[in-house]
Amino acid sequence: MLDWIRGLGRGGFRFFETLGRANLFALKTLVGIPAVLVRPRLLVAQLFSVGVLSLPIIILSGVFVGMVLALQGYNTLVDFGAEESLGVVVALSIVRELGPVVTGLLFAGRAGSALTAEIGLMKATEQLAGMEMMAVDPIHRVIAPRFLAGFISMPLLAAIFAALGIYGGYFVGVGLLGVDEGAYWSQMQSQVDLYDDVYNGVIKSLVFGLVVTWIAVFEGYDTVPTSEGVSRSTTRTVVYSAFAVLGLDFVLTALMFGA
Amino acid sequence: MTAAFRIMRQRFSWTVSKNYMQRSAETTGPAASETLVKIRDLHFARGERVIFDGVDLDIPRGRLTAIMGPSGTGKTTLLRLIGGQLTPDRGSIEVDGLQVQELGRKALYDLRRRMGMLFQSGALLTDLNVFDNVAFPLREHTNLPEAMIRDLVLMKLQAVGLRGARDLQPSELSGGMARRVALARAIALDPMMIMYDEPFTGQDPISMGALVQLIRLLNDALGLTSIIVSHDVQETAAISDYVYVISQGKVIGQGSPEALGNSDSALVKQFMQGLPDGPVPFHYPARDYMEDLLNA
Repeated sequence: MLDWIRGLGRGGFRFFETLGRANLFALKTLVGIPAVLVRPRLLVAQLFSVGVLSLPIIILSGVFVGMVLALQGYNTLVDFGAEESLGVVVALSIVRELGPVVTGLLFAGRAGSALTAEIGLMKATEQLAGMEMMAVDPIHRVIAPRFLAGFISMPLLAAIFAALGIYGGYFVGVGLLGVDEGAYWSQMQSQVDLYDDVYNGVIKSLVFGLVVTWIAVFEGYDTVPTSEGVSRSTTRTVVYSAFAVLGLDFVLTALMFGA
Repeated sequence: MTAAFRIMRQRFSWTVSKNYMQRSAETTGPAASETLVKIRDLHFARGERVIFDGVDLDIPRGRLTAIMGPSGTGKTTLLRLIGGQLTPDRGSIEVDGLQVQELGRKALYDLRRRMGMLFQSGALLTDLNVFDNVAFPLREHTNLPEAMIRDLVLMKLQAVGLRGARDLQPSELSGGMARRVALARAIALDPMMIMYDEPFTGQDPISMGALVQLIRLLNDALGLTSIIVSHDVQETAAISDYVYVISQGKVIGQGSPEALGNSDSALVKQFMQGLPDGPVPFHYPARDYMEDLLNA
């Protein structure tokens, strides 16, 4: 029993110590952001690696999620003779929820894990220590560009996901199930609000981008510099990011759309 | 324009050794002396494990000093302490008149620009090719035009014999080549000293011979101060001016390689002659062998 309590206390201390380290790390990274803006080449390279290379999975997922939503939504709505509202159902579901959340989860799995593994391996192979000894701050040179690229990429990927999801829904709803094309678009136009729906979705994706990238770069930088350590850090990135996205989604939804 | 470029190129040429090697007064610390690195009463521990327990060391300018000792005695840790990547628990580390442990971030980075370090793994940046790796410190710390960076990089690569490998990726290099590229990178900013962390580990005889020769040659040609951390006794002793032997947190012997070879100390003798048993026992501490077998 005593051992259990001791273990719990030790775990608690470790958690808060890591949290403190992560916050200090984020602060140092933010301080390094202006240096990245002066050297846009570093940022562009990371935007390609983090954003552009994530496009295939985002495009595919967006289209299929939209198609499934349209199929499911049609089967429910048709019972009430409300199939013409399919466009609204698809758009609101994707713009408010599925766009930012699914993109956040996919982003964590594709880009987040890659960031952690890359930075972790740089640490394990002494590349970060080598930079320090060359008087180059690895947080400014390696971390800050990746952090900024993740923060910028995530809302753009979520927007692409949402647009393609809506077209996926259109393809199934209008193209295959015979929903009126005018009704699909016009109901969506009249019911989806720019501020309440679109902007709130963008805010969510910005928050998810910030948190997922922060977790990914911190886990890489803080990794135990062995193969096992890098593997564990990569796993932690995906797991913690998934928890963070889902938990924050509830909090943000409650704040934005709660009573 | 062409004349100006030629003059600038001459300025950085290997052959214009006098101007190239002289260190200006403002690049040295307040108390520049014949001793570049002065370590006094160094104490450092990792958790419960004591790594250094009152170590005193002097690294003279322009010389090649070796720090040797059995594996796990903290030789690499010592280099990290000199480079300010670790902070001692007690004692002082003075580099070029500056107390490393008291320096702020900017001053420490200024000092590091005058140091080079060759890591055991080479620590080449894997997303850059050989040329860009050597150009990395020049691009980070100078505003030199790309044409001049190209010339400088080719000169450094020529010095280590790898000018022809400029377009290769680090993954395409052998271990010895990677270390030579890392050496070219370490001298890119013309540092006042270079620290070598186990430069000979895992090298074939040809690579080892090339590295041994290069380290001595660069030290003398560029007027560098070199610190080699190694447990390869023969190779290191062959090129060193002075040797420190560290074991169990203390300096157990020091002197010229010849003097250490004739040392009376059993520990120094065991290390220098590579004897399997002695003060450092062959067997890890264990209970009595017979007792262990009979009480299975």
